[in-house]
Amino acid sequence: MATSLPKLLSAAVVTLKLLSLSLIFGLAIGLLFAILRLNKNPIINKFAYGYSYIFRGTPLLVQIFIIYFGLGQIEYFRSTFLWVVFKEPYWCAIIAFALNTGAYTSEILRSAFQTIKPGIIEAGKSLGISNKIIFYKIQIPVAIRQSLPAYGNEIILMMKGTSLASTVTIMDLTGAAKHIVSTTYKPLEVFLLAGGIYLFMTFLIHNLIKYLEKKYSFQ
Amino acid sequence: MNIFKKIILTVLASLLLIGNVYADKITIGTEGAYPPWNSKDASGALIGFEVELAKELCAIMNHECTIVEQDWDGMIPALLMRKFDAIMAGMSITAERQKTITFSQGYADEVAALAVMKGSSLEGMDTPAGIGLSSPNSDAKKALKTIKAALAGKTVCTQTGTIHQNFLESGDVGKVNVRTYKTQDEVNLDLVAGRCDVALAAAVAFTDYAEKSGKSVVLVGPTFSGGAFGNGVGVGMRQGGSDTIGKRDAKLLKDFNKAINTARKEGIISKLAIKHFGFDASM
Repeated sequence: MATSLPKLLSAAVVTLKLLSLSLIFGLAIGLLFAILRLNKNPIINKFAYGYSYIFRGTPLLVQIFIIYFGLGQIEYFRSTFLWVVFKEPYWCAIIAFALNTGAYTSEILRSAFQTIKPGIIEAGKSLGISNKIIFYKIQIPVAIRQSLPAYGNEIILMMKGTSLASTVTIMDLTGAAKHIVSTTYKPLEVFLLAGGIYLFMTFLIHNLIKYLEKKYSFQ
Repeated sequence: MNIFKKIILTVLASLLLIGNVYADKITIGTEGAYPPWNSKDASGALIGFEVELAKELCAIMNHECTIVEQDWDGMIPALLMRKFDAIMAGMSITAERQKTITFSQGYADEVAALAVMKGSSLEGMDTPAGIGLSSPNSDAKKALKTIKAALAGKTVCTQTGTIHQNFLESGDVGKVNVRTYKTQDEVNLDLVAGRCDVALAAAVAFTDYAEKSGKSVVLVGPTFSGGAFGNGVGVGMRQGGSDTIGKRDAKLLKDFNKAINTARKEGIISKLAIKHFGFDASM
């Protein structure tokens, strides 16, 4: 118990790194695809819808396995420059996580864009502000603020999802817990400890989002 | 007493009964993913050396046996939680495991070996054919040094919670970059994909895979036995105790030891070993 705590804590840092990188890439992907979803061109918005439909409609574990074990089986793929990235379990996990959270984020942001009151945009136009500026300075900030509560949930879901990284040899919190159990044969104690650390991370994320919601509230 | 309480009590009582009907019925856990020791056929039925051996041993002991599947990384915890009474899963008898569980006498022995893809720079390592690590002689020590130099900076893949992982983490071959997998299948996949420079497992696990998949996986360096690799493969069981279940466990251990003696004398173990391994791995 006492000896496994430091190991688990340093593995929790790996989990947080996986989470933050996935969220950074995922947010960029999500924002891009939310904008594509709102595009009037049917080909573009169908494409964006298809991406979100596929990644929200299949289990994250399957996505990781396809990206990690699946792509690795294709000999041609291994001869391309992409293999430098896909060879590493760490990057495979981040790619899978980012694509997955990106799909959910795009939906969250899309609905936030759609709920922006037309009055706000009209007010901007009546002041002679260009469409581009309205989009960057009004629509995006308002949409992000609107989606904070839902996005907070997504961060917590993604944090729990990172435990799947352990299936592709990464020593994240779950991976380290499994490793310790494989030598101590004490699953109850070790997994309870790991669960406690996950719970604490949820607590931190939850409070951070609450703080941001308050800080950027409209009132 | 209301009806719900009655239902709950009936269910609990029947669960207790089920738990107690094991007088002569035993359950054996295996992994079903480590051919040729144990694996599954296309229909999902358990097959392999240990599955057949378990049936033979049960026939000799006159026990009714059920063989169940359990993931490798939960094997010993599941035994301790009494999900089954015995492990027959290519599990080597090691001092490390004997702290937690006990073993019958060994029924078969395997050597471990490193494997690479054909064309790897690790091919042609200058070492003896096999080294024993229980009390390594000068040849074995020299071989370990050669391996240590060869493995430096390489990614070595192995299944989690195995003697092979213990060996790689023991420091005998220096500090190597070990990557662990849930199953041997996944180790094989990543060896072929090139994510692993080299892998360590039972030699037969690689030769069996190479033969069935047609991939050019080849063994390199010496075969390993003894030391961290344990003293053969035996039936893993709970350490007996003074309570009812403990006494039953202790008796079952005696039964297994006797049955293994009989099976060995009658040549059953050798016959099954030759059938599945292609050589006599019995002990």
